[in-house]
Parts: sequence; C-alpha cells; structure tokens
Amino acid sequence: MLITVNGKQVDVGAEPDTMLLWVLRDNLKLTGTKFGCGIAQCGACTVHLDGNPVRSCSTPLGTAAGTKITTIEGLSADASHPLQKAWVEEQVLQCGYCQSGQIMQAAALLAKNPKPTRAQIVAHMNGNLCRCGTYVRILRAIERAAKSSAPAKKEA
Amino acid sequence: MAITRRSFIATGAGLTFAFAVGRGPRGRVSAVFAQGAGFSPNVWVTIGADGTITIVSPAAEMGQGGMTALPVLIAEELDADWTKVKIVGPGTNNKAYGNPGFGGLLVTAASRTTPAYYMPLRIAGAQARRVLLDAVAERWGVPVSELTTEPSTVVHAGSKRKISYGEIATFATAPAELPKIVPADLKKASQFRLIGKKLPRVELPSKIDGSAKFGIDADVPDMLYATVLRAPAQGSGPASLDDAAAKAVAGVTAVIPLPYGVGVVATSYPAAQKGKAALKVTWKTGVPAEAYSTDKVAADYESIARDLGRTGLPAHKDGALMAEMASAAKIYEAVFMTEHVYHATMEPMNALAGVSPTGDTAEIWVGTQSPNLTQFAAAGVLKTTPDKITVHNMMLGGGFGRRVEQDFVVDAVLLSKATGKPVKVIWSREDDVRHDKYRPLTAQLLRAAVDKDGTITAWRHRLVAPSFYGRTNPRALEAAKGIDTPVTEGMEISYAIRAQLMEYFREERGQDTGVWRAVGSGYTKFASESFLDEIARKQNVDPVAFRLKMLKDNARATKVIETVTAMAEWKRPRKNGRAVGFAFSDAWKSYLASVVEVSVDRKTGKIRVHEVWSAFDCGVAILPDNIAAQLEGSAIFGVSHALGERITFKNGVVEQSNFHDYPILRMADAPDVHVKVIGTDHPPGGVGEAGLPPIAPAIGNAVAVLTGARLRHLPMLSERVLAAMKG
Repeated sequence: MLITVNGKQVDVGAEPDTMLLWVLRDNLKLTGTKFGCGIAQCGACTVHLDGNPVRSCSTPLGTAAGTKITTIEGLSADASHPLQKAWVEEQVLQCGYCQSGQIMQAAALLAKNPKPTRAQIVAHMNGNLCRCGTYVRILRAIERAAKSSAPAKKEA
Repeated sequence: MAITRRSFIATGAGLTFAFAVGRGPRGRVSAVFAQGAGFSPNVWVTIGADGTITIVSPAAEMGQGGMTALPVLIAEELDADWTKVKIVGPGTNNKAYGNPGFGGLLVTAASRTTPAYYMPLRIAGAQARRVLLDAVAERWGVPVSELTTEPSTVVHAGSKRKISYGEIATFATAPAELPKIVPADLKKASQFRLIGKKLPRVELPSKIDGSAKFGIDADVPDMLYATVLRAPAQGSGPASLDDAAAKAVAGVTAVIPLPYGVGVVATSYPAAQKGKAALKVTWKTGVPAEAYSTDKVAADYESIARDLGRTGLPAHKDGALMAEMASAAKIYEAVFMTEHVYHATMEPMNALAGVSPTGDTAEIWVGTQSPNLTQFAAAGVLKTTPDKITVHNMMLGGGFGRRVEQDFVVDAVLLSKATGKPVKVIWSREDDVRHDKYRPLTAQLLRAAVDKDGTITAWRHRLVAPSFYGRTNPRALEAAKGIDTPVTEGMEISYAIRAQLMEYFREERGQDTGVWRAVGSGYTKFASESFLDEIARKQNVDPVAFRLKMLKDNARATKVIETVTAMAEWKRPRKNGRAVGFAFSDAWKSYLASVVEVSVDRKTGKIRVHEVWSAFDCGVAILPDNIAAQLEGSAIFGVSHALGERITFKNGVVEQSNFHDYPILRMADAPDVHVKVIGTDHPPGGVGEAGLPPIAPAIGNAVAVLTGARLRHLPMLSERVLAAMKG
C-alpha cells in the first residue's frame, strides 16, 4: 500500500487494517512516534493526517492512505519548529517518551490557532498524558512558541 | 546505517559497537558505550586531539537528568569546556562505574545516585585534570604549582603560555599510578563554572525530534516481535493451551508456553497481538495470590495496626514511650490506609534479547534502572554467568522504580532462547497495568501523647505492609533485623519529640509489591503529616507554627518552611471556596516544605488542586532548573496518586486495565506549580522522589480546613470525601 509520510511516498507491505503506529515504527523505522496505550487514551502516538492530529495506535493504515502523514521526524528538518525551539528553551521534558505526541498535538493547534488562550491550549492538550508531570512547562512552551514572531514552517 | 550482524554478535573484547537505526540520536549523547579515540587520564574521561571530551555517565537516564548532572561533576573539576563534552554510558562495567550507594552495582534508584557519586566523580574529574597538569609541567619544565586551568586549557601565567586539552591529549601518557586527590584539592563553591548553573539537559535535543532511542525502539536484523499472555494471578501458569487459532494468524511464528504465561512470537507486533487474542488457555489454580483481595487485605492490615497488644519490629525507638503515654494530658489516635498504585511509565515494559545459538550468552537492548540486575536476571535464565550478558541500556520512558524489576527481560531471553532469534517483547498497556509490582497496600496507626501545654511528648507510628527486600534482597532485610528500609522509609521524623516508637509489621499475603517513586515516604509522610496537622488544629494552633516549634534547632527545615509560607502567603485568607494546606518532608536528606491550594465540590466530593508551592533544600543544587523540574513533576505525580490512582485486586486478579480505568492526572486537572530551590553547601540529598511525600498530606490538610473532614484513606476518591464530610 502506498502512503505519503513526511513528504515522501513509500510503499509499505502491510494490510489496510494494520494500525498506522506499527507501520510507522516497524516498517518505516520512524520510531519517534510512540506506543503508549493502544486505545487512544494517552496521545503518545499522535501524528498528523493532513495537518489534523490523530492517534496512530487507533488509525488503520487504510484510513491514512491518501492523506499527508506527518510524524515528529517530519515536523521540521532541523528541530527548528517554534515548538521544538520552545521545548529547548523551557527545558520541558523529562523522560521524553510522550513528548513527540505532545509536540505534534500542540503543532496542530498552533497551525490553526496561532494565538490560543490558555484555556484553549489546555482543552486541546488534555488528551495527551505525561507521567513525569511536565504539564506546567508544556503550557509555558506552547505559550512561548505562540508568542515567538517566527511563522511556523509549513509541514513537509 | 543498519546494525551489522557482526556487531550483534560481538560481545567479547570489552568493545561494543554503536547502535544505530535510521539516523542516530541528535546531540551529543550515545545511548551505549562506544570507546572513543584519544587520551584517557582515567576510566571516566577520554580526550580527543580535537578537544572533544568524552565522559562516562554511570546513571540510567529516565527523565531525572542524571545523564547531565553526573558528567557535570567530572567536567567541573576537570575544568572542561562543557560545550566540548560528549556523554557515554557505563555499559555493565560496575567495577569501574558502579554506584557506591548500591554496593558498587550499576543501579539508578532510590534517589541515591547524585548523593553517592557526588564526591567520587568530583575527585575523578580533579584527578584527570591533575594528570593533564603533570604532563604539561613535565613538557614545559615548570613546577605544576605554577599551572592553572581555564575551560579545557592549561595556563602558565609566568611565561604567558596556554595549551588546550586536545593538544595535551596528543602527547600525555597516563602515569603508572594515578595522582591521589583529597577533598581539600577540590574547587570551592565560589570557583564553580558549571555546578549551580542553568545548563540544558544533554539528551533533550534527541527527545524533541524523535531521534532518541528508547528500549522499545531497539531494532536488529532478523528480529521477531513478541507479546506474552500472563496468568491472571501471580504464581499461576498455563494448565492447558489450545494454540491452533493463534498459530493460524498470519505472521505468528511460534507460541511458547512459559512458566507464568504464554509467549506469542511473530514477524510483527500487531500479528503477535492478534495471536495472543486468539489463544485459549486455562490457568492453574490453587496459588496463594488467589486469596488476595484488596478489601480483605486492607481489613486484615487495619486490624493488626489497631491491635495495640501486638508489637511490631522497632524501626526507630527513642525515649520512654509508655511512660510518656501514661502521663499524657491527652492522647490522639488515627488510622491511615493506602492502596496499591501502579507505576504507569509512559513507555510500557519491553526488552530485546538475542541469545546465542549455544544458549549461554546474550545481548540485550533494554531501558533498565540497572544493567547489572538485567545481567543477573538473564544469566539466571540461561544458567550462565553475568559476564556473558551484554546490556545496551537505552533511554527509559519513565522508571519510578518499575525498571528496577527485570520481568520483561526474562520474557525476551526466554523467547529468544526458544526461537533462536532475537526477540523484542513489548507489553501491552493492559499487561503493564495488570502485572506491575505495585506500591504496597498499607495500614498505619498513629498515636500521640500531648501534655497540658499542648506539646507532643510521645509519638507512635505503626506500619503494616509487606516487604520488598524479602523478595529482592533478603540479606539486606536480615542485616536490618527484619526492618525493610524502602518500605519503612520516611517513618523517622525530624520533629523534636522526646519519646518515639516506629513499628513495622511485615505481613505477606501472597502478592509481590515493588518500589514506586518515593516508596515508603509516599505513605508514611501522608500519615504523619496529616496526623500532626490534625493535632495542631485540635489545639487551635497554626499547623505551620506547631511544626516550627518542634524544628527550632533545625535551620534547614526552618528555612524551607519559612520560605514556602512566604511564597504561598500562608496567612492570607483564601476566597472562592479555596483553602491552603501544608506538609513537610525530610526524606533522602533533603528538606521540602509544600503548600497546596485546594477546593472541593461539595456535591460530588471532587477535589481540585489549583496551586502548589514548594521550597526545597537538597544541599548543593547541581542543576537547579532540573531540580525544579523534578519538583514540579513530582508535585503533579503526587496530586495524581493522591486523588485518583488505585489498583484493586479481587481474588488475585487486578480490576483495572488501561488509562480509562486507571486515570493519571491530565493537564486540565494539573495545578500550577511554583518551586524555589534553595542551594546550600550541604552534601547533595535525594531529588527524584523528594517532591512527592508532602503533596497528599497537604491536600488532606487543606480539605480539612474547608470541610472539617479528615481524609485518611488514599486515594481521596470523591465518594470517600463525601463520606468523610458526612462524618
């Protein structure tokens, strides 16, 4: 099956009912997208389909085909997305396992709503769990990225 | 670049090959030990001609920042240019790099890493610097006492000469005997260039672009994927197995009965999961854990705690308790219960093992809190010696004590051995929730005697809990005369109370338990800090003033308490149905005072924590911003566990399965957290767990202000809050 990931068309040898997460991780070796719960409860597996955040653990490959899939590896070529920069400046993360999903979820928000209120950020991010408890810094980093004047680069 | 077959097999010569899948992690971190070229003044440091300084970081990186904090200690005394430093792991070489706090094994746990390595690593850095100075002194023919250093540069002021560490590395040789360094040779705090500064975490860049490699990301050629259907109750295993449907699933290559479950091996993880779902297994019955039900064990523990006719093992004893109790003006008593909680690391348990065809050596990729314990577990399975097991420690997607255990390593080794292929086993979230080693369920009874002036004269704290060391380290349990030190952690108190008795009742009921962030202090401080608060309020004394009076000879405790009460404006009356609560912790030789601001929905009983303020003195604050991050995170971890987390058992089977019925705190319910790290010149105390203990009691103490009800049962479920409010 042909899919478009991070701007490249790839042929993956997987059935349409295979969850996208495993195709990304194991067929394409894009391991930045993480397995957390398998039931769309934690957000660690968040990727974009045509810019919309989805839980790849619960998205069949067939649904993703025909869309532009973006993973954390494709968010920017050199970690230059305003959120990635803000994540460094705020030293957001601890273990880091959930953070690809956090960043992808946040990136989808800022792409549609570049100046979100705090309440909008919280509502948008509430599906992404972080066991290390980095929520305070995630919020700060999203607000910092939203304030930064650099326009978000277009996704690959 | 894919890993080669050769590197997969090569394990012998102390040289392992860099692990790489796709592009490697960004930044300057290598997850595994790769010997760099250059000059090594000692085992910790290698300096390349280009000035790159490679430093071994002995700790597992599970989010606590050890991979940055420990190399900083070496770099500080070496006077290294931090921008030129690269970090590598210790492999399994505990002889060179073992944790002095764990008998020389490579273990990252129990908030003992930085405290135990603090002096040895500074001395190692100073020693490496001295080797460089000696080499320059000899070459230039000047006394070593005339040489000084700037970052990565040796300077001779007299002749205005300078030479870089990289250049020195091209001619220096390690002396036959390394120079002896004593603590007096080390830098003074005023000379620090790195310690106490805001330095970014070294591995952070690899965690924002997906390039960091966690255990679950490990990948080798010919690798198979596996998952294990575990017996519902501990100690059980398959009695009968019908694997026909599982084997018929496309991609499933093997179904392997294990002593404790059934492994399904496949060419992909989804295929392994499908195969697992198709298994038909009946389980052996009659195991002790079948009698384990939360309600029953809790009732049993509570009755033991209340039975003052029974005496536990003395964990701490001071003064004449019975005499003080007998002459008391008033006696207070309360019982506290805490339930099992689950680690919930965001990365489920997993391991990749490749067992050699002869079955006596193995190579393992895993995120482990102890590569040595991983070796021991694998060697035990293969009936070989630990030196035959190579371990590549990966990034840990959370540890919190869970990755001290090695059950997932055992899975991978057994399945690789059975199939003759490298096998990566991944636990589903459901496996992870149901088969953890949970924090013990506990019952605690506290009794205090108060004299006519309202002073506490006697303090008795009785803890009923199973043992952790009984299962994992019987010798340590024996050495402590039966007192399980992690389980009883935090019972000792800094308060000046002249008679004290802390008792431990070890009560096993057939269910293994484990170490969970803050272990004992998570429940012992809940009990003692709630109880103390209650006594203060009943005497109509401000609970902070009440504590300060008992800590008046303890400057560090006093300072954090005074700091946090100022931060939180403790005396300011709260509006909008909110109130503040306070608690204090002295665990792990660190001092923490926390204030929380809380409201309660009186209809539903739901508690909301709005703000947390913490003031923290952990001695020398090596990376203050990272310490603040740990405190922020453990405050949120603490709120999560206090309000909503519990694992319950019915007849040995866990009743929860995933995040829908084991809710961990989400952003919308997370408080804002304000942390002040007070750096002092005391030796470093623990950090990673220290933030947790005050949170639950501070919440309960605030709820008592709001409602008059005392919450003595964790978690503080809505129905428990409502019940307490009704009295």
